[in-house]
Amino acid sequence: MSYVQLSGTDLALAAVLLVANGVISLLFGLRLETSLGVAAVRMTVQLAAVGYVLKFVFAQTSALWTVLIAIVMVLVAGYELVERQERRFRGWPAYGLGNATLLLVGGLATLYAVAVVIRPSPWYAPRYVVPILGMVLGSTLTSVSLALQVLTEGAERERAPIEARIALGATRFAAFATVRRRALRAAITPLLNVMSVAGIVSLPGMMTGQILAGADPAEAAKYQIMIMLVLTGASGLGALAAVYGGVLMLTDARHRLRLDRLAAARTTG
Amino acid sequence: MLRIDYLTVPGLPPLRFEVAVHECMAIEGPSGSGKTRLLRAIADLDAADGFVFLEGVERRELPAPEWRRRVRYASAEPAWWGTTVREHFPATAKLDRLLPALGLEVALLGRPVAELSTGERQRLGLARAIADEPRVLLLDEPTSALDAQSAALAEELIKFQLLAGRMIVLVSHDVMQVERLAHARLKLGELGPWPDSLSASAAA
Repeated sequence: MSYVQLSGTDLALAAVLLVANGVISLLFGLRLETSLGVAAVRMTVQLAAVGYVLKFVFAQTSALWTVLIAIVMVLVAGYELVERQERRFRGWPAYGLGNATLLLVGGLATLYAVAVVIRPSPWYAPRYVVPILGMVLGSTLTSVSLALQVLTEGAERERAPIEARIALGATRFAAFATVRRRALRAAITPLLNVMSVAGIVSLPGMMTGQILAGADPAEAAKYQIMIMLVLTGASGLGALAAVYGGVLMLTDARHRLRLDRLAAARTTG
Repeated sequence: MLRIDYLTVPGLPPLRFEVAVHECMAIEGPSGSGKTRLLRAIADLDAADGFVFLEGVERRELPAPEWRRRVRYASAEPAWWGTTVREHFPATAKLDRLLPALGLEVALLGRPVAELSTGERQRLGLARAIADEPRVLLLDEPTSALDAQSAALAEELIKFQLLAGRMIVLVSHDVMQVERLAHARLKLGELGPWPDSLSASAAA
């Protein structure tokens, strides 16, 4: 595989387009030039740092380093998941639910994809594990976030119907049947849309990357198909786990609705 | 026999009373005195200290859904989760007599809930609470949205439930209705703050 390596000058040339954006902002008085600069610097520093960290980790090829970086990725994704929620659970259970779901689903899907489907040697080779875990976490994060959003909103808006079912002798899961179904549909529908338009509207990022790096497009497509299947499966399972965990947390052992476990709504800025 | 033993509902002194089979106990008191909270606590819909026994079985001895199949809370404003009326009744429910007894046509089952009047919804809520034959009915203002004729039918149905061996705890602002249905009364406003009246026995 061969590809054109980028030099510092090349990156500077690419930055010209960003500078053009800054000029537009100045000309039209959008006052976005500072934010634009800050965001660009942040992006550059973050990606450069990740590049060097990964370079180091890949050079080690040790199970310990792979697990360590995987844990950091799950923790960051779990934090991000909670930050995205408009109505979150009070205190640590919020992070517990998010992290447990991501760890369970992300870990299982990545292990399955790497150890069963790709089978690199050694099986924990970070060059495979880290990017796949990253994609799985990113996709699962979106689905779980959507599912929990619809679940908590639904629990609040349909408090009376849910309690009516509970009063009629329904278990907590039966009482949540309608909201549960809606939450899962909301989480899974975007995945279906992504699969339906994959390759037609735009080439998926990973496939683009492989092609740029000199891979045979047909081989890149095979990898992309595998990734899409794993991502969809993992995201669906993640949403399912989050919805069931969410119902357990929104109710107690006596099958009572416990909206008091949700923190007050945040004012979105 | 439904036995309430030192049940502690927030804002109320611990309560003790019994409701025998075939009997209706009326809970009275001004708005906000805790009548609904008491009914919800008996159905284990809200956490409360103390004991509630149904035929010798305390509520915590049973899984909560099983308890609520026996001890049924029926809200003044029944809520609906499905589109049509039928979705809210168990498939095995015998409704061909129950609905007409409340002045409702059986054809109503196919109608969307959203198209029904408040009074129809309240009567359907009562039918829904009774349909699977719970042992205890906790009725919260069961006829508040009904005209005189429908209310009379609902009262007949409630009396029939008593004849069939059920126990009823009734919250109603309708003094005449309480007069007609209740065998005993519990006045929440007159209990005084805890611990002055640790036990509030029902006055016949």
